[in-house]
Amino acid sequence: MWNSFTKKEWGWKTSGFLLGIAFLVTVAVVKPIGVSTQFVILDGIIWNSLSNDLVVKDEKAKKGYASSNAYLNKSGGKYAKNIANPLNYSFVFVVAMIAGGLLSHLTQSKKEAPKENNTPKVWKENYGNSPIKRYLYVFLGGILVLFGARLAGGCSSGHMMSGMMQTSMSGYLFAIATFAAAIPVAKILYRK
Amino acid sequence: MSHVILAGIFGLFFGFILHKSGASNPQHIINMLRLKDFRLVKIILLAIGFSSLLLFVLSSLGIIEPHFSVKTAYVGVLVGGLIFGVGWAISGFCPGTSVAALGAGRKDAFIFVGGGLLGAFFFMLIYGSIKNTALFDKLFGGKATLANTGIEQYTTLIDTIPATYVAGGVAILFIVLAFLLPEKIEDKPLPSRKYKHTIDVKT
Repeated sequence: MWNSFTKKEWGWKTSGFLLGIAFLVTVAVVKPIGVSTQFVILDGIIWNSLSNDLVVKDEKAKKGYASSNAYLNKSGGKYAKNIANPLNYSFVFVVAMIAGGLLSHLTQSKKEAPKENNTPKVWKENYGNSPIKRYLYVFLGGILVLFGARLAGGCSSGHMMSGMMQTSMSGYLFAIATFAAAIPVAKILYRK
Repeated sequence: MSHVILAGIFGLFFGFILHKSGASNPQHIINMLRLKDFRLVKIILLAIGFSSLLLFVLSSLGIIEPHFSVKTAYVGVLVGGLIFGVGWAISGFCPGTSVAALGAGRKDAFIFVGGGLLGAFFFMLIYGSIKNTALFDKLFGGKATLANTGIEQYTTLIDTIPATYVAGGVAILFIVLAFLLPEKIEDKPLPSRKYKHTIDVKT
């Protein structure tokens, strides 16, 4: 039991089964898992700490909060409310995921080689060892991924996993679109 | 408040599994997208199939009362998905796996999250000017599912067959696919490379 806990990586069956349990338990107890919205919430928390009037209490709004930003103001001020109260389920969930990754890393009996820890092998084989180039591209990738996820209204966890689990059309559409773009781009960028 | 404690426990569990499964390692994501390594595809298919099967069976038996939350299908899901796919292939991260990898101390995950915060910020800024465009035109009636969730506001696309059969059928298809797919695709055998080499020499 302890040995499988400290293993570097689990086999596909254990991983798939436990990942499935995570998605099932969350939808049974609270709500489906989603991550990308919390990037907006963190942006909002930072922005709101710099300007006092981004998020304001508004008794007329459905959720009790309003924002001068159209996106944060949508759905009755749902995002505005979570920015004003960061100690909410969805935000704490994502922050706790960081601790989960850390726990897994700390308990690994065999760790990823330090060299692989900032630049994957497949990147080095195609573009050399300079981490700076990798960081530049990964930063661009981050911009595209989160911009795309917000336009789509969810990401791999919210649309693909939670969505397809509920047989949601949005989930199937998102999965088709992401793979349709990602496979050719990966094939072109990483030939070796 | 109890929900916040649950969030801590569930988030910890989810981040832990994402890292242990190898999903938070961009090497595996990129090799999946290059169609070289299907281990992660097998994991995703099994996870979706297994959770979906139990979700619909247990709720039809009244053992759980699931908190269904179906997202709207609209043109932007496709357009956003395409943009997402490009960034996903470049970086090897998606939002969830980058957060788990950040916890595990990956520097490139840290940079990705920085880029992600900026990308989400750009969207916040432009949303007001695009919200009334065709990007937000609904598809399939908006919040639509194949199987009946029992929620009136959602459109059910296959309502002549009981929900457990519809969702169960799709789920079993996913699980069977997960078992059938090979883990790794071997690189092409050497002879073809030798052939290419002889041509290079002649020219």
